[in-house]
Amino acid sequence: MAAILDNPDLRFAFWALVKCVVILTAMLGVVSYLIYVERKVAGHMQARTGPNRVGPLGLLQPVADILKLFFKEEFIPDAANKIIFHLAPVLAVIPALVSFSVVPVGPNFTVTDINVGLLLFLAMSSLGVYAITLGGWSSNNKYALLGGLRSSAQMISYELALGLSTVGVLLIAGSLSLVDIVRAQEHVWFAVYQPVAFVIFMIAAFAETNRAPFDLPEAEAELVAGFHTEYSSMKWGMFFLGEFMNVITISSIAITLFLGGWNGPWLPDSLKFLWFFLKLGVLLFFFIWVRWTYPRLRYDQLMNLGWKVLLPVALANILVTGTVIHWLGNR
Amino acid sequence: MIAPALFAVFAAIAVVSALSVILQRNPVTSALFLVVTFCSLAGIYLVLHAEFIGMVQVIVYAGAIMVLFLFVIMYLNLGRDIETGLQIALRRGVGWLMGFALLAAGVALFRHPWAAGPPAPPGPPVGNTQAIGLLLYSRYLFPFEVTSMLLLVAMVGVVVIARGRRAPGPAADLPPGAATGAEPRGDA
Amino acid sequence: MIPISWSLALSAVLFVIGVIGVLVRRNALVIFMSIELMLNAANLAFVAFSRDMQSLDGQVFVFFVMTVAAAEVAVGLAIIVNMFRLRETVFVDEINLLKG
Repeated sequence: MAAILDNPDLRFAFWALVKCVVILTAMLGVVSYLIYVERKVAGHMQARTGPNRVGPLGLLQPVADILKLFFKEEFIPDAANKIIFHLAPVLAVIPALVSFSVVPVGPNFTVTDINVGLLLFLAMSSLGVYAITLGGWSSNNKYALLGGLRSSAQMISYELALGLSTVGVLLIAGSLSLVDIVRAQEHVWFAVYQPVAFVIFMIAAFAETNRAPFDLPEAEAELVAGFHTEYSSMKWGMFFLGEFMNVITISSIAITLFLGGWNGPWLPDSLKFLWFFLKLGVLLFFFIWVRWTYPRLRYDQLMNLGWKVLLPVALANILVTGTVIHWLGNR
Repeated sequence: MIAPALFAVFAAIAVVSALSVILQRNPVTSALFLVVTFCSLAGIYLVLHAEFIGMVQVIVYAGAIMVLFLFVIMYLNLGRDIETGLQIALRRGVGWLMGFALLAAGVALFRHPWAAGPPAPPGPPVGNTQAIGLLLYSRYLFPFEVTSMLLLVAMVGVVVIARGRRAPGPAADLPPGAATGAEPRGDA
Repeated sequence: MIPISWSLALSAVLFVIGVIGVLVRRNALVIFMSIELMLNAANLAFVAFSRDMQSLDGQVFVFFVMTVAAAEVAVGLAIIVNMFRLRETVFVDEINLLKG
């Protein structure tokens, strides 16, 4: 037994596993209450009260929701491609969880700190397309297929802007490791140096997570429910879970890259993670706020914004950042 | 001890899913198995300490190229391939035979004693990504710039191909503009 | 440390699978996928040699191969889509005329 505990590889694997379990549980808890918060905020923005029947202030609503999802009848279309139909909801959740493994929550709490952390995030966000595209295709339903095709075009287009907006941060920090990037922001957040990149990143983040005003893949006014038209019960729940996990992950990355990560005044190192969670809460509220404020874009507007506005601006931002860094370095 | 085990697992996944790519009749399934192959190759690159290439493999191959494949398969609405008939069975037999001949040639080559050249002197100890970047912008600067031209040419070419032919072709019986979408053709 | 012969053997097997795919399939898209598989097999050999010789040039080559593959896929898929518009098939043995 002692020999097993002393093996560094196994010890690393053990602690990584423990951290994964902690993150998975925390994510599930946060997501279920995020749904509650979304409904509450939406209610108040529309001068209603939101859910308030189950438990005090409706706080037990998530439990009721989840129970309802589990006990609903599961419907699978006859002509669906069964295997891919079952696979798609799983694929919706995995990339978000994997990319959370490189997010530095606190000075001593990251699952792994790898020297290509940011690339891992970009890789996982590029894999996120599959869930929606395959879900839409395998349902064998025209609305679902249209939603799936829309999402693949949309997510590929905005991934470019997302990736290019992070280059400015890389130029300043000089590292792809997210922990190094956070440490480089000890005094000034990168959002101050890179305001344009931050705005582009946030816009692309809304598009990548298919949140309003970029929720064209599900656009209920035109496509019934888009890619998840044929999904029911817990499979539909998995898509929902995946969407919210993606929102949490991409907000965490935005905090890490632009808003100083765990950095903040007053607290000792061991409690710095509270700053991270405070910032996360603010960003999550921002996501909900935007959703209930802006109308959905038209498809051609979406493509124009992505290719003709965000992409050139992101490239210009890289050029300016590079020139300034070169100029400062030469003095 | 862990690295060879990981290599073996990823290699097994890669070979099995690569075989499935060419054995499955449904193009979507083939494409998905190819994604699995690419991801396990990315895992092998990580085991071989090529972190940058491993991540770029996922971003470029799994995240962009295969999505494009899926997009086209869905757009064309392809069903299962029909592969019956004597001619096709004959070709399949010959194809597998030639493949195995090629593999046998490879095995024969492996049986000869051989050794890779002497290892180059180790470079400065910098991160993998940083080292590749330095190399790209110094020794390989010209190929790198040529690559950007290649991408530009490919982009223009694709736009030209995708817009369809302008002279009246097989689609001449359609009303003007129908072949290229709603856009009216000025010089038709 | 993984012996280079393992990587090379895997690379050879993947390449042969790609060759067989090109020879036996008649769906142009699957043939295209098999070509991608062969390119990846070559990439694996590059990375294996780069590791064995302690030099990063191999990895730079992989980078270039990926760029070329991306360009190739974009053009190739556009051609296949156009072909499908003209002939309503993606089977290569049914596209046997030089005239469109």
